Amino acid sequence: MSDTISVLLFLGVIAYALFGGADFGAGFWDLTAGGAARGSRPRKLIDVSIGPVWEANHTWLIYCLVMLWSAFPPAFTAITTTLYIPLGLAALGIVLRGAGFAFRKASMRTPEQRIYGVAFAASSVLTPYCFGSVAGAIASGRVPTGGAGDPLTSWNNPTSALGGVLAVAVCAYLAAVYLTVSAAQNHSPELEAYFRRRALLAGVVTGAVGLAGIFILQADSPRLFHDLSHRGLALLIISALCGLAGLALLRSERPVALRALATLAVATVVCGWGVAQYPYLLGTHLRIDEAAAPTPTLWVLTGVAVAAGALIAPSLALLYVLQNRGRLETRS
Amino acid sequence: MPFSAHAAGILVRAAASAGDPPQLLPAREQMAFTLGFHIILVPFGVALTALMLIANYRGLRHNDEQALLLAQRWSKVAAVLLAVGAITGTVLSFELGLLWPGLMGRYGAAFGFPFAIEGIFFFLEAIFVSIYIYGWKRLPPWTHFWTGVPVVLASMGGTAAVIAANSWMNQPGGITMRGGRIVEVRPAEVFFNGAFWFETVHMMLASYIVAGFFVASVYAVGMLRGRRDHYHRQGFLIGFVVAAVVMPVQIYVGDVVARQVFQDEPAKFAAVELLPDTGRHVPETIGGVLIDGEVRYGLRIPDVASLLAGFSPSTKIRGLDAIPPSVRPDDSAVSVVHLAFDVMVGTAFALLALALWFALLWWRKREVPRNRWFLRCAAVSGIVAVVCLESGWVVTEVGRQPWTVVGMLLTRDAVTTQGNVWPFFAAALVIYFAVGTSAVLILRSLSRRWRADGDERDEGLDVPYGPVQPLTDTNAGEGGRA
Repeated sequence: MSDTISVLLFLGVIAYALFGGADFGAGFWDLTAGGAARGSRPRKLIDVSIGPVWEANHTWLIYCLVMLWSAFPPAFTAITTTLYIPLGLAALGIVLRGAGFAFRKASMRTPEQRIYGVAFAASSVLTPYCFGSVAGAIASGRVPTGGAGDPLTSWNNPTSALGGVLAVAVCAYLAAVYLTVSAAQNHSPELEAYFRRRALLAGVVTGAVGLAGIFILQADSPRLFHDLSHRGLALLIISALCGLAGLALLRSERPVALRALATLAVATVVCGWGVAQYPYLLGTHLRIDEAAAPTPTLWVLTGVAVAAGALIAPSLALLYVLQNRGRLETRS
Repeated sequence: MPFSAHAAGILVRAAASAGDPPQLLPAREQMAFTLGFHIILVPFGVALTALMLIANYRGLRHNDEQALLLAQRWSKVAAVLLAVGAITGTVLSFELGLLWPGLMGRYGAAFGFPFAIEGIFFFLEAIFVSIYIYGWKRLPPWTHFWTGVPVVLASMGGTAAVIAANSWMNQPGGITMRGGRIVEVRPAEVFFNGAFWFETVHMMLASYIVAGFFVASVYAVGMLRGRRDHYHRQGFLIGFVVAAVVMPVQIYVGDVVARQVFQDEPAKFAAVELLPDTGRHVPETIGGVLIDGEVRYGLRIPDVASLLAGFSPSTKIRGLDAIPPSVRPDDSAVSVVHLAFDVMVGTAFALLALALWFALLWWRKREVPRNRWFLRCAAVSGIVAVVCLESGWVVTEVGRQPWTVVGMLLTRDAVTTQGNVWPFFAAALVIYFAVGTSAVLILRSLSRRWRADGDERDEGLDVPYGPVQPLTDTNAGEGGRA
């Protein structure tokens, strides 16, 4: 039962990496789009593409937090009492980001829009870095079972830095790919080329960070390296192949299946981490079943996860249909 | 300095709480501030959306363009406030872990899951608000109306789920502990705990009162400035009538709740009644504070507290002396609870009086009152209702102290022992002030634009969850409508 819940929890982590990641990445490209005049068209595309779902994506984060504190309370407090600095920064980043995005849309004047835009973009980079470093800290076993680990070195170390940089790069790559496809759908060849160049660049950088990561992990957390290179190897290979295929597609200017490949590349990497970590929740010292809440709680959570899937998927589908539907002409 | 208003309170409590863990004070202040901020947004998610549906229904039923316009504009206001609520709600879930690891680590297995249920409801609410806003021009009118119904239901479900968690902290049940660990959880008993129903009903009704009076006050201000058209009268009536009808029900429910608290949470009731010593023939004290264990100042009405609690002047009420000294709330906490209760009851009766005044004026003239004093009072009723709501939550939350989970976990054992909360609190203050100010400015700019726009309904391009302008419009956001 505790394994089922950990899988459900980890599905949330993957979903957040994909949907939240694309969202953060869009903020990254917003930040680097240049001045108000030059950057207005890419920013507009970013608005069009992520607007409708921007914050639904962050519900995945809440899902992960709630799953963690209900199903594995000791692990949750071990993490929060050790990594309170990056988590606190991430929380503030999310507030700034959400507010910046929501209000940029609602405010009319350009100077105001610029302030909200900067808040949105800067926190879009800070937040994924923090989450990446948190993942690095958990994976490399720097969160003690009893909590209250070192508040600074736990998330400022080679593995955490790798996690943080990789998170930012992955977000940028995902977003650039999605935006390339979105530009194509919006019949904007100019923007398509713009984001294709950036997707290529981000893809290459992500790959390079991943390669460097092999050496970093070998030196800094040999245990994680060992599990990743044995149990997680197949997933990492799939991820690398998807990444390469994605780059080839980007070069050949054919966006077919590009989105799926990028999604798969990222999902398999995150999945590789989960597989390497199993059966431990924290490093190699807290097992999943040791940290689990009593069974009835786990049943309720499973029920909630199933209900979420059953209720939310059709509602999202309805929203998607409406978004793509033209206006009804019979009404004023 | 934005902190100055807080500073006095902080000093008072700092002096009173020597010997507590160093992070207790900033953690409590931060939690109070962020929860107090978030709670203002809840009524709009729950009840403004219902008012919006009422306007929508009237618009379709009576073929009233103006009512439809109200519904559409309220849906946008709801979207802006929902976005702000989503942000502040996310911060709250981080705070549960960062500020109160002792609570989540020990009892997360028991009362964590209602938050998961709340998560689903919130997600559904956000999706259907978006569907509703998109639907104005993309769905047939009645189909569109029905897409608004899940918004109202989901917001009620979400509120009930969060209150399940809160009420569990007041009357914990449904768990078996062994050796300091939860070994068994009975989820239904956790969710539907002793305090669940009355807290939930009380809060739902409060939501309708706050949103109703708030909406009414906006249009009352408009009418005071001479805008007495059908649009303003409708906006005023829908908000005010809902709030005015709910108000007496709430006062009855509040009375029932107080008796429940008298039976099930005697420590809180002793603080509410400012009662140091157990006894019969307890007077109702209005105003007043507790200093060195003695009641000072305030107006005492003989026997009334006993009469209200048990319908007999000889009803025995347990005082603060019935609480073991080690877990007895200090004088300042008791005074805060008591005064907050007085403010809640006082503002509630003021709002009831306003509702009766309206009924009288309506009965005589059958029209939205023109009486300027009535309109002035109505114009501040929204703020008064918020004060009432906030003081009610102060009674619940401060009244539970020194416990976080009554009888099971002291607040000082729940708080984090790591790091320093002050910088986090300071950052939260700054950001919340910025978010709050932005939200107000944006609502004002929306209202200004609507006044300039006149009677036409637009697409909702300008709010979160709403559609976006097509990409071909390169001059995005520069005046006018698409």
